Amino acid sequence: MIKNEKLSVVSHRKLANRIFEMTLCGELVTEMDQPGQFVHIKVSNGVDPLLRRPISISSINSEKKQFTIIYRSEGQGTALLAAKEGGQEIDVLGPLGNGFSEHEAEPGDTAVLVGGGIGVPPLYELSKRLTGKGVTVIHVLGFQTKDAVFYEEEFKKLGETYIATADGTHGTKGFVTDILEKLTVRMDVIYSCGPGPMLKALEQKYGHKKLFLSLEERMGCGIGACFACVCHTADDPEGVSYKKVCSDGPVFRAGEVLL
Amino acid sequence: MSRLNIELPGLNLKNPVMPASGCFGFGREFSKLYDLNQLGSVMIKATTKEPRFGNPTPRVAETSAGMLNAIGLQNPGLDKVMNEELPWLEQFNLPIIANVAGSREEDYVEVAQTISKAPNVHALELNISCPNVKEGGIAFGTIPEVAKNLTKRVKEVSEVPVYVKLSPNVSNIADMAKAVEDGGADGLTMINTLLGMRIDLKTGKPVLANKSGGLSGPAIKPVAIRMIHEVSQAVSIPIIGMGGIQNAEDVLEYFFAGASAVAVGTANFTDPFVCPKIIEELPVLMDKLGISHISDCRGRSWKTNELFAHNRA
Repeated sequence: MIKNEKLSVVSHRKLANRIFEMTLCGELVTEMDQPGQFVHIKVSNGVDPLLRRPISISSINSEKKQFTIIYRSEGQGTALLAAKEGGQEIDVLGPLGNGFSEHEAEPGDTAVLVGGGIGVPPLYELSKRLTGKGVTVIHVLGFQTKDAVFYEEEFKKLGETYIATADGTHGTKGFVTDILEKLTVRMDVIYSCGPGPMLKALEQKYGHKKLFLSLEERMGCGIGACFACVCHTADDPEGVSYKKVCSDGPVFRAGEVLL
Repeated sequence: MSRLNIELPGLNLKNPVMPASGCFGFGREFSKLYDLNQLGSVMIKATTKEPRFGNPTPRVAETSAGMLNAIGLQNPGLDKVMNEELPWLEQFNLPIIANVAGSREEDYVEVAQTISKAPNVHALELNISCPNVKEGGIAFGTIPEVAKNLTKRVKEVSEVPVYVKLSPNVSNIADMAKAVEDGGADGLTMINTLLGMRIDLKTGKPVLANKSGGLSGPAIKPVAIRMIHEVSQAVSIPIIGMGGIQNAEDVLEYFFAGASAVAVGTANFTDPFVCPKIIEELPVLMDKLGISHISDCRGRSWKTNELFAHNRA
């Protein structure tokens, strides 16, 4: 059930260059049942900016009624969010969208979690749940540069973690796909979230496997009403059939939508 | 709630607040959030003869106090709306206003004829003002004679009253209003979005894939208020007002300008609960201002005091 609630900021800190982690508390958390869902945040009290900002949930603590988001301060909206302080209230709509199904991986399976940049956060809750049920998890995370890397230690606690940076300042130089090519593990399930080109490359190479992709798209309402974030389905690339990233996704099975 | 009921051609509304076309789909998403029976009506998403995918993304861009959209009339087409969406809406006690669009006159006529037969469609909203399609849409809404003829053709076949949705992207809005009134329109809905554009600083190119889009939201409210103020004095058919409505205060401003009901558009995207909230706020605000019935507010900005006193009697 989607709820609209004023949530209080429990903590807010900078993790890396322009990357922030915010923990929020409220009843809305009881509705969160899947990793990979997102919340839609009103960053200003007025009408500028007008629209909410969709931000993925990086971890959920149901007992404490808290959840955490990790976001990059990029434009006007996220800059306003970055200025919020502990104790302040924020207008949140959520949880929204269909996330990653942890049931796709069985205990004993090996799941590879592939994240790029600000697509990394939702994989954290997923990894916690998968490891919790006995799935071996391997993380392959890509960032632009050393200063943009976050949560490396957190992911390492849950499983093998490989980092790629585009400029080679940390971990392997190159992209997540460069690391994946050298991996010799069984990939029973691949879960991914990141920029379009990364998802496309993954689908090309691993589309025959059990691969799930979480898409990012400019959104209006976040609930499926405005038709801002539609994409074509893969079996009807020129036609009228479509999926809405916000309410049909953001997670899709490889081959479901046209990337 | 007899303080809020409004009678308009074809529409017996329990309150004057309804979601605007294109901002509410066919109601399914919002029905999961609240009981749609609370609404006065629903203006369903524009329906064309054939299904449409619409424009490529990005389809929305933000501006100060507003947003630009270029969805491009994405909709499942007449058959699906008739066989799936409208029957689904029958579970609610809602008079539906069906927004009709097309690229040729014949398309409008065909869609209007068919959709006006649906039992829960109580009125049509003729969309001659969508700025985001290459053919049709706004082309019918900027030349008075063309708009009048199309209205006439649709009136001939429609089984329910026809409201015409006016574009603000014209040189003389009153001329447009009078033309469609001459064509037989039973009412007006106004305003559609204002044509606009945003350019990305990094790429130097328009943000929207369609380049231009329709501006909506609080930014356009003063434009709509001014146009309704003018048009409501120039024609004798009722106006459903829209453009940037966010709260009960905005609703009253529209009534004072000359509207007889209102539609809420973009605000549904920022607060999906906004319509029931406004309906709840309205009587409270009316109490504060000493207004006994919402219809007493209509045209207060231009009516003389005597007229106003007479209306209240």
